[in-house]
Amino acid sequence: MARIVLQNSDIARALTRISHEILESNRGPHDLVILGIPTRGVVLAERIGAQIRQIEPGAPADLVGSLDVTMYRDDLAHHPTRAPQRTRVPSGGIDGKTVVLIDDVLYSGRTIRAALDAIGDLGRPRAVRLAVLVDRGHRELPIRADFVGKNLPSSTDERINVRLAEVDGSEEVSIDLATGAGA
Amino acid sequence: MTTTLIRGATLPDGTTTDLLVADGRIAERGDAIATPSGARVLDAEGLVALPGLVDLHTHLREPGFEQSETVLSGTRAAAAGGFTAVFAMANTMPVSDTAGVVEQVQALGESAGYATVRPIGAVTVGLAGERLSEIGAMANSRAAVRVFSDDGKCVHDSLLMRRALEYVKTFDGVVAQHAQDPRLTENAQMNEGALSSELGLKGWPAVAEESIIARDVLLAEHVGARLHICHVSTAGSVDVVRWAKARGIEVTAEVTPHHLLLTEDLIRSYDARYKVNPPLRRDEDVRALREGLVDGTIDIVATDHAPHPEEAKDCEWDHAAFGMVGLESALSVVQAALVDPGLLGWSDVARVLSQTPATIGRLSGHSHSFETGSSANIVLVDPASSSAFSTDRLAGKSHNSPYLGMTLPGSVRHTLHRGYQTVRDGVVVDAAEVAAAAAAGVTRG
Amino acid sequence: MRHLLSTRDLLRDDAIALLDIAEDMSEVQNREVKKLPTLRGKTVVNLFFEDSTRTRTSFEVAAKRLSADVINFSAKGSSVSKGESLKDTAQTLAAMGADGVVIRHSASGAPQVLAQSGWIDAGVVNAGDGTHEHPTQALLDAFTMRRRIHGDAARGRDLDGVSVMIVGDVLHSRVARSNLWLLETLGAHVTFVAPATLVPVGASTWPVDIRYDLDAALAEVRPDVVMMLRIQQERMNAAFFPTTREYARQWGLDDDRLLALRPDSIVMHPGPMNRGLEISSRAADSAQSTVIEQVANGVSIRMAVLYSLLSGDREARS
Repeated sequence: MARIVLQNSDIARALTRISHEILESNRGPHDLVILGIPTRGVVLAERIGAQIRQIEPGAPADLVGSLDVTMYRDDLAHHPTRAPQRTRVPSGGIDGKTVVLIDDVLYSGRTIRAALDAIGDLGRPRAVRLAVLVDRGHRELPIRADFVGKNLPSSTDERINVRLAEVDGSEEVSIDLATGAGA
Repeated sequence: MTTTLIRGATLPDGTTTDLLVADGRIAERGDAIATPSGARVLDAEGLVALPGLVDLHTHLREPGFEQSETVLSGTRAAAAGGFTAVFAMANTMPVSDTAGVVEQVQALGESAGYATVRPIGAVTVGLAGERLSEIGAMANSRAAVRVFSDDGKCVHDSLLMRRALEYVKTFDGVVAQHAQDPRLTENAQMNEGALSSELGLKGWPAVAEESIIARDVLLAEHVGARLHICHVSTAGSVDVVRWAKARGIEVTAEVTPHHLLLTEDLIRSYDARYKVNPPLRRDEDVRALREGLVDGTIDIVATDHAPHPEEAKDCEWDHAAFGMVGLESALSVVQAALVDPGLLGWSDVARVLSQTPATIGRLSGHSHSFETGSSANIVLVDPASSSAFSTDRLAGKSHNSPYLGMTLPGSVRHTLHRGYQTVRDGVVVDAAEVAAAAAAGVTRG
Repeated sequence: MRHLLSTRDLLRDDAIALLDIAEDMSEVQNREVKKLPTLRGKTVVNLFFEDSTRTRTSFEVAAKRLSADVINFSAKGSSVSKGESLKDTAQTLAAMGADGVVIRHSASGAPQVLAQSGWIDAGVVNAGDGTHEHPTQALLDAFTMRRRIHGDAARGRDLDGVSVMIVGDVLHSRVARSNLWLLETLGAHVTFVAPATLVPVGASTWPVDIRYDLDAALAEVRPDVVMMLRIQQERMNAAFFPTTREYARQWGLDDDRLLALRPDSIVMHPGPMNRGLEISSRAADSAQSTVIEQVANGVSIRMAVLYSLLSGDREARS
């Protein structure tokens, strides 16, 4: 029995707030790179990028990219072989830039650790920040998000489902009990 | 000396009968024979009685390759398969090309006692294909050799083959040819065709067999000699032999059980258990060989039992040895390929696996009609059994069988050689008991 | 995928997945840090029974780019100089903890025998077995074609409708065979051009057109891809063709034939080339030639293969 915690209007407002917070923290749009973690992180990154260009017309044209972390995961041997996704870095590169990673859910923190390793092999940014739509707690590593859409304390036998129009055809964040074997 | 009473066996012609075996011979035949005191009774209800099988083509490997098989272990394998006589091929080390070696092989067979061993003599010295071996000496030796073969290799020189065919006539002998043109089959690995091209294995074209048979039947016709063709494997070869017989040429031909059942598709696995010479061929060839056996173009089934040690098969295809063991499985494979589908009856089986091989090899003392007074060489088979063929059924030293894991019909329950049992209740009888029975038989005469 | 032994048994989706992963891997090769940590701690053994510096080095670079440890094991394996048996060699490698074995052997089927033997638990990659298959060569060739034809839009695509002409000693070529099966799976159309002595028996039953006259075939088919196979001197001695001069005249890609190609057709060669024999220098060095990028693509493909075989859960793979 899934319980909806964010409706589409809630999601839109959260992303708007996050876009403003990013610009505020960076004191403008300069030297900013938004990298979404596939799959849904890329969707959110595109939306945030579009909002930023709307708020600050001086924002760079090539602002948004994607960062696939499959090759850097620490749990590859525990799952069937995963197909990697695309990594695309905006044309200005990331050296000396402020990179904002975007993902839909922050949980154990392992995905973000892998993302930091991936970034390290791509160049040397000035700073790396993290924005997530949902922070559900239960960190296994010392990782924290700088910008959070919604804090959703959850138990480990619950499952958070993020649906975004571009990928899932609907728009909502819900929570239910995970059935059977873990995620 | 044991007296054995076989009760209720079904003869190849379908009738049931009792058979009383005493002093190495069939003493009595009829219904409800009274059990003599001290006789062992074999309940043969539901079992088919065949004359002891005769294999015209076996490799016993001794002398020289005792790690693969010996005369003792090979004849145990023969007994397990229902064979009471085997013709032992000459590609031993030293080669069986002198009276001394053939007499040694014969003697080893006699003391082991599991089956009558008839050594085959090499056609050429050392199988080198250059000059004739002492055929006369071998024919006149204690081994009384009548079959001569360079099997493993082809007598490919036309002049030498002509001379061999002519010379063996002197001794009522026959040349058994391994038909394989060596120039067309250098380093060949499997049947030549679309599959060999796909698998990247060098091909062994059918024409390399057929062209030699064609040449040899014409030579035999020209010099008026008998000719026997070993392990015929292609449809084209069957056609050539059929043509030759229609012309009145005195040619006989054999086919192996594996060429009646298995095809080259098995080689997709690169499992070297399927590597054999001549190679496994196509469906069309298997069908033509079955038809040839049924219509008499092919006279007999012979196993070409070829034992090899494990390391010779547990490796890359190119490095593996050619050959399969076949004595223990022969009858089951023939039943699966021909009897159960209704192409041959049990009396045909008796003909192709016992009577005709004995005739070609000039084997005396092996009767095929269960007459009283004849030497008691009998196999009792349970045709209704069916099981996965396993190493339990292999009684020789080597396990290179292509049938392991395959479900095959029929099993040998009892084998009697010269009146004493070599297989009892499906188990090969202990070597000491058989050797003693054989020795007792010899003194009895 | 547990082993890569052939392209004959490679499903279309798996083949395209490998080509797509290779696209990601090729991007890694273009950045400054040309390394991924993905196979850290895994051991890949190059078990080469036949000499081949090029292929062995390509696999070595691929494994190292994924942070795997590489052991190069040159073994003797002809039936003449037998050395240690395949079984014993494999068990030695298993005892050393090999996770992946890349094997090149002169006996067709040896990688399959190794993979199904149970002597070793590692993933097996066929780097060329006798005249049977060379799957990573076919994959890198297909990758090269896909890139040249579709450019940046290559991801997810097959080779539907592409015409490929393979010229030369098809009989003894595992590259030709692997390419045929893979190209057919990807929707391409293949023509073999060779003297009749160098066409395998039974190839007429394969999904390929067979022609003997190269000029007529080029004029009629106007192929998108021409792939030249290496010719070996030994074949002349075994009476497959009279002289290399006659061979080059009839089936070599000389300057005239290069000009006869469509300007957008590509010229490929698995290497090493006999310049002036099956391919002229001008053809080998032309803009249409993919010989150099085939080498780079080889590393990307081999990275993709090693990743697919060695990174995931072992049980799920088998």
